[in-house]
Amino acid sequence: MSSYSITEPSKRQKWAAGSFVIFYAVVTLMPLLWIIATGFKSPSDAIAYPPKVVFQPTLEGYVNLFTTRTRATPEMLVQAGEPKTWYDRIVRQYDMVIAGPSRYGERFLNSVIIGFGSTFFAIVLGTAAAYAFSRFRVPLKDDLLFFILSTRMMPPIAVAIPIFLMFRQLGLNDTHAGMILLYTAINLSLSVWLIHGFINEIPIEYEEAALIDGYTRFQAFYKVVLPQATTGIASTAIFCLIFAWNEYALAALLTSGTAQTAPPFIPTIIGTGGQDWPAVAAGATIFLLPVMIFTILLRKHLLRGITFGAVRK
Amino acid sequence: MAEVILKNITKKFGEAAALDNVTMIIPNGSFVVLLGPTGAGKTTTLRMVSGLDKPDTGDVLIGGQSVAGLAPAQRNVAMVFQQYSLYPHLTVRENLAFPLKSPLLKTPAAEIERKIKEVSEVLQISHKLDNKATALSGGEMQRVSIGRALVRNPTIFLMDEPLSSLDAKLRADLRIELKRIQAKSGATLLYVTHDQIEAMTMATHVGVLEQGKLVQFGSPREIYENPVSIYSASRLGQPRINLLPASVFGGAPNRACQIGLRPEQIVQGEGEESFVKRVEHLGDQTRLHLSFKNHNLITVTDAHTKLTEGDIVRIRPERPFYFDDAGMRVA
Repeated sequence: MSSYSITEPSKRQKWAAGSFVIFYAVVTLMPLLWIIATGFKSPSDAIAYPPKVVFQPTLEGYVNLFTTRTRATPEMLVQAGEPKTWYDRIVRQYDMVIAGPSRYGERFLNSVIIGFGSTFFAIVLGTAAAYAFSRFRVPLKDDLLFFILSTRMMPPIAVAIPIFLMFRQLGLNDTHAGMILLYTAINLSLSVWLIHGFINEIPIEYEEAALIDGYTRFQAFYKVVLPQATTGIASTAIFCLIFAWNEYALAALLTSGTAQTAPPFIPTIIGTGGQDWPAVAAGATIFLLPVMIFTILLRKHLLRGITFGAVRK
Repeated sequence: MAEVILKNITKKFGEAAALDNVTMIIPNGSFVVLLGPTGAGKTTTLRMVSGLDKPDTGDVLIGGQSVAGLAPAQRNVAMVFQQYSLYPHLTVRENLAFPLKSPLLKTPAAEIERKIKEVSEVLQISHKLDNKATALSGGEMQRVSIGRALVRNPTIFLMDEPLSSLDAKLRADLRIELKRIQAKSGATLLYVTHDQIEAMTMATHVGVLEQGKLVQFGSPREIYENPVSIYSASRLGQPRINLLPASVFGGAPNRACQIGLRPEQIVQGEGEESFVKRVEHLGDQTRLHLSFKNHNLITVTDAHTKLTEGDIVRIRPERPFYFDDAGMRVA
């Protein structure tokens, strides 16, 4: 006699489910893995046909990403002497010398400032607004909430021209402050709505208990409500950051120099010195890292789960 | 500790009045129990005193001072919520320490430690102090929630059915414990319950609320022995007071419409005949379900009674209550 449980899946079901998950993971991760691999290929390997799965890894793409190079005449090469560093050596293979750093670092830093800055403001303002909508008798509350959401009922790019004109008038074109303001405004509807939902889930009795226990409303908010809302706020922050980080169209239109973010910059790498796919792939790979790290750091909060059970329903 | 006075409090939620011109004096050191069915305004009364809700009209005075403009924290009241409301992100110990750490009290760490130890022993939760508040049974949560009030030394304790989800033994223990704490510390309590044993054993005063109105206020004895209305009379007494048309026994005063008989107001063995419909042996007492002139009555008799279904018992009222057609007491 063999017994089986109706709740525990059978071995075959586990295998089937496991295989499906692995298959799905491979399909979704394939482009990502291909980008990462391409970043370590030489330019000829990158465009080889049939595509190379096994190749000699090189940091050429990364060197090209971070530097500008000039073609050197043989006399100049002799004059420059033996290459001193490993990246000099890579560049020298093509009879080139490093002229200076590229703009990738600055653009990347712009992305960090604008992405995290706008996420910070969207979360702070969104949490404050959501708490007020959830706990206070706000006049025209439903209409206001609808209005906030309605700002997302068309793609932001649809209002790009008015925004461009306004920014020009206000002197916000190609500034960090302008881009943070813009992304905060766009993300705010999302953050207000999501966090509003999360705060609504927290019974008001906790705050009432804290008020009785000798705390002011603001203290009750940050000592009792905020710790319970971290799960929701963390996931909202990830959404906001991903949007601001990946935004291309508005950044391409409104920034060109000082405040240009990485997304509109990365494609321009391709134009300097032939189709340098490894450098583009290297740029994309590095660009992926902050969002991944941010998500991994906040994962702890996401997985902490929903707190429940200490209020009798 | 202080005297708490509710003065002409009216509170409306939409059209419905949750409290309708309620005036009540809660003497210093008293244990006031509010009785009434759901929706009578018991919890609203607690929320008025705590400051979580503000009255539409009327005033609350604590120690002679109006607290109308004061936030809950400034009133220095402790409240036990019906829904426990333990902070789920904190441990039991942190929950108990929470009110002591408030900007209001700023208790030194050693003192917090001592209070928590003392209270957790009384409430039998010492072994759970380092548990998360969510990792407790319902009864344990309720005890922690009582403990969170007891660690303090407030002007008044407000308790909203604090013992309702405990098992019978623990409830009996805590009933005695609460009464002991109150007697020892001289604390003032305003206490909401459905349980009439709690009301009878713990209260120094009972307030009977009916649809937002305070219909009677007095000692439990007084409410039991001298109710002002059918409604008041029905709040206390197990089995419930029997209500019959006033004419069935004769001798009713004018205006009397109904006669109210508690078991001890029914003398057995004398008077007119009634018919035993059912006998319930409860151990310490036996309940008789009687049929008297086609009206049903429930009374109590000797635990070892020989009476059985179908027997005839003579009964006669002894100092009964009479009520008029509006349910108000006439005699």
